[in-house]
Amino acid sequence: MNLHEYQAKELLYAYDVPVQKGIAVDTVDAAVAAAESLTAQTGTKWHVVKAQIHAGGRGKGGGVKLAKNLEELREKANQILGMTLVTPQTGPKGKVVHKILIAEDVYAPGASEPKEFYMSILLDRSSGKNVIIYSTEGGMDIEEVAEKTPHLVHKTYVHPNLGLQAFQQREIAYNLGLSGKAFKAMTKFVDNLYKAYLGVDASLVEINPVLKTSDDGIIAVDAKVSIDGNALYRHPAIEAMRDLNEEDPTEVEAGKYNLNFVKLDGNVGCMVNGAGLAMATMDIIKLSGGEPANFLDVGGTANAQTVEAGFRIILQDPNVKAILVNIFGGIVRCDRVAQGIVDAYQNIGEINVPIIVRLQGTNAKEAKELIDASGLKVHSVILLKEAAEKVKEVLG
Amino acid sequence: MSVLVGNNSKVLVQGFTGSEGTFHAEQMIAYGTNVVGGVTPGKGGQTHLGKPVFNTVTEAVAATQANTSIIFVPPAFAADAIMEAAAAGIGLVICITEGIPVQDMVKVKSFISDYKCRLIGPNCPGVITPGEAKVGIMPGFIHQKGTIGIVSRSGTLTYEAVDQVTKAGLGQSTCIGIGGDPIIGTTTKEAVKLLMEDPGTEAIIMIGEIGGTMEAEAAYYVKEHGTKPVVGFIAGQTAPKGRRMGHAGAIVGGKEDTAAAKMEIMRQCGIYVVESPAFIGQTVLKALGKD
Repeated sequence: MNLHEYQAKELLYAYDVPVQKGIAVDTVDAAVAAAESLTAQTGTKWHVVKAQIHAGGRGKGGGVKLAKNLEELREKANQILGMTLVTPQTGPKGKVVHKILIAEDVYAPGASEPKEFYMSILLDRSSGKNVIIYSTEGGMDIEEVAEKTPHLVHKTYVHPNLGLQAFQQREIAYNLGLSGKAFKAMTKFVDNLYKAYLGVDASLVEINPVLKTSDDGIIAVDAKVSIDGNALYRHPAIEAMRDLNEEDPTEVEAGKYNLNFVKLDGNVGCMVNGAGLAMATMDIIKLSGGEPANFLDVGGTANAQTVEAGFRIILQDPNVKAILVNIFGGIVRCDRVAQGIVDAYQNIGEINVPIIVRLQGTNAKEAKELIDASGLKVHSVILLKEAAEKVKEVLG
Repeated sequence: MSVLVGNNSKVLVQGFTGSEGTFHAEQMIAYGTNVVGGVTPGKGGQTHLGKPVFNTVTEAVAATQANTSIIFVPPAFAADAIMEAAAAGIGLVICITEGIPVQDMVKVKSFISDYKCRLIGPNCPGVITPGEAKVGIMPGFIHQKGTIGIVSRSGTLTYEAVDQVTKAGLGQSTCIGIGGDPIIGTTTKEAVKLLMEDPGTEAIIMIGEIGGTMEAEAAYYVKEHGTKPVVGFIAGQTAPKGRRMGHAGAIVGGKEDTAAAKMEIMRQCGIYVVESPAFIGQTVLKALGKD
């Protein structure tokens, strides 16, 4: 589950990770009040207005702006609130900004030069360990840094049982070229950031940039935190932070029926049991000359209700020219799924796109007979190869 | 011949009396698997499906000499169940449970490395040696005793491959469902190695998906040490970057873990790569020179 920047900062702050202070608001008036209150709290003269959407690259799209007085702040808050922000990560349609974060200006000059770093924590799958990735090249696209200057990207692997050690914290601070007060602040920053990563069951914590301020403090200026969906049961307060505005409405609806659905841009819908077979079915669609309109795993307990819900969700997409149902019955009995398809057809009424149904495994024969006898305009096949040929035929 | 499970498997079911455990234990017994008992804390001393129930795995091992355990415990308690099995001296632990928090698995992986214990899964369909033992949730009837070994991260896609192999007139030596999570006990490479070293296996099917580097590692192993034909497929050629496709581990992160990149590495390592999952059976026949 993804979080907004302001939510991520709240979580980190609870673990004593210093963050750029800010207040999230959804109106221009509240933005001005937030700015006044921040100045009172922190003494900041300038403010940063930051669009809160689930995507990176907000600055490039015009979603992050500096305001040097309250008049400018009002103007910039007004520009950003409600805008459709397009960034390299949102896709061409962009995302509507419903909330902005009014944040203190942390780049004020002082005794020493401010410096930006990069830091993230995530799971390294092949070693089965958590890894801290960091770089002196902060505020930039880390994938680009890794490609062009791999020697500037460092990694620290954390022992699964013993945790992050003091020598590792020091090594990180040294590698970032820090000394004195900033060095100490960095060791503490990393220590608490790792504790936060574990504490909230994050699958990713990414701080870009981490800032050494002009008074040698270390703070998180931006924060991206994703939570392991499997661990949400032990974090009800975090689960409550979920923002449905950021999710595709059809995916939200599918979730209500326990359907695992991902919306895609193609012209052939599909309904499958099992994630691997669902991906393979999408691949078959592509090889047959179509493009998958969705990923949909109906799970191990496909029945008449879930099949009907699946059809309704797929049919909401006007681009869908055909639907391929691919069920390999193991525990699931194919004849029950077939009955679900027949029922769904009758309940939904007019379905104008061709449906190809491939049922294999437990009671596959009975299922085919059931569909053939129903008189519905459904193409029933048994082999995957036949399903692929049928898709080609109906698209052609 | 076979690997991991067979006539010598003495199987313990953890989460035996729950609905999932009960249903699948019945199916396993009906298939002919030697299920020797089960564990449900607090229900020790009872009898379930005609088999004894124990409070702890240690007690169960002492009473039954079980050497294999299958886990149907809910996600919040499954990590604990795996560690209990390892600590009790079970040599093969197969965890079916889907949805275990990934940080729990980080600890489990480290914990079990202290024991002589192989973990299969979690989030997997289990392992079957047709005609001998089914320690999993796969439909037994689609399998047939034979010489093709199968390794897969997916459930139903494995059934698809099994079905095509059976329909091609071949059968399976052992089918290993390694699981769809980011951290699993046995990797693609380790499972392929087991089958490569099994005299009863003539050819291997390796089914992967987007996310991670396991298939590439297995492919390099095949190139170095392969002595049998390997047929490979990677699901998710059409999956968009950054979106999780059902399985917790099925997500494209960078250039290296796309389906296309993995297929290219597999090709370079001499693996028969299948573009369409509809042609897995046919390609195995071709690889064996039987088409």
